[in-house]
Amino acid sequence: MSDTIKFTIDGKECTGKKGQLLVDAAAENGVYIPVLCHWKDVKPAGSCRICTVKVNNRYVTACTLPIDENCGDVENNTPELQDIRKAIVEMLFVEGNHFCPACEKSGDCDLQALGYKYQMMVPRFPYAFERRELDAKSPKIFLEKNRCIFCKRCIRMIKDEKGRSYFAFKGRGKHLEISMDEKLAANISDELAQEAMDICPVGAILKKEVGFINPIGKRKYDNEPIGSDIEKSK
Amino acid sequence: MSKPIIATASLAGCFGCHMSLLDIDDRILKLIELVEFNKSPIDDIKTFTKQCDIGLIEGGCCNTENIEVLKEFRKHCKILISVGECAIMGGLPAMRNGIPVKECLDEAYLDGPTVGENKEKIMPNDEELPIITDKVYPLHEIVKVDYYLPGCPPSADLLWEALVALVTGKELEIPYELIKFD
Repeated sequence: MSDTIKFTIDGKECTGKKGQLLVDAAAENGVYIPVLCHWKDVKPAGSCRICTVKVNNRYVTACTLPIDENCGDVENNTPELQDIRKAIVEMLFVEGNHFCPACEKSGDCDLQALGYKYQMMVPRFPYAFERRELDAKSPKIFLEKNRCIFCKRCIRMIKDEKGRSYFAFKGRGKHLEISMDEKLAANISDELAQEAMDICPVGAILKKEVGFINPIGKRKYDNEPIGSDIEKSK
Repeated sequence: MSKPIIATASLAGCFGCHMSLLDIDDRILKLIELVEFNKSPIDDIKTFTKQCDIGLIEGGCCNTENIEVLKEFRKHCKILISVGECAIMGGLPAMRNGIPVKECLDEAYLDGPTVGENKEKIMPNDEELPIITDKVYPLHEIVKVDYYLPGCPPSADLLWEALVALVTGKELEIPYELIKFD
């Protein structure tokens, strides 16, 4: 049993396997660490920083940290970290055009749910009001580039049988945007289009013809905060 | 002690937030016992007749008149509250942000498919009309705002709970279900 690691998160005793990512190990112990870019068993990107925790007094992203004997006491829900996470959520909100009332993903959106969790009433940063073109060329998918938070989930996960990605980044820095391969997306299956929409943590990827399918009150985050399922599991 | 005085206004909004306030149903009778209304579409008082304690504003600022009213509210209200998505982030009207104003006006009055007959290419330019701002601004980017009530509209229960907490001095504990951005 030498590969079993004992550590604590905010004082709660946890166990995990050596090398397991901290965010996954925490979830198995009933501790929710928020994520936007992470997806279990997919190579981590560490791009959104929302899972920032403090290990040995240093800030690290829990989605990229394999646990070992040196983890010690991990800080997760401290007021300091909560404020850092809230600031990240606010930054993502002002950077794109996240007008929730007009978004099909509203109620099922991870970013919005984190806004609720951290009680974001207004972002502390000025709105950027960016304007990127909407890509509706695919018969199955709308790509609303203004809502993309650059998590790379779709790039890493939505691939065809030959391993080619349907999605890619275009441009650099300020001009960076998500784009969709026109030829591949022309023939995307219903299942894959649905999967792309489901893994998107915001409303950037929307499946056509199914908008607002769930009524208010029955959507994913209408009644319970994000992460409740993990916290209730132990 | 005299009752706290409330003023309300809708700027670049749809009056949905005011409708939501009316949605408190019979609690409006309790509200009238708790507070007095001054400038507001609810009692149709057009101009401030005294200093107020609470100002509720829905809608963002899309023209010079909005900005003038907002500044009047800031001057006359001890506490100013942004009510709803439009007040907080510009909302639906802010979908024009990022498009040059000229393009918007051309589309509305000259080139749009629903323009119809406008042979003389007239653009509304009467000096009585307020001037459209370069973009739609959230309230807190123009004046200091004290509190925010998100939602489109904020639910009647949220408005009720927040107002009662404010006028009675109780701490506001909002249930998860009441804070929604849509």
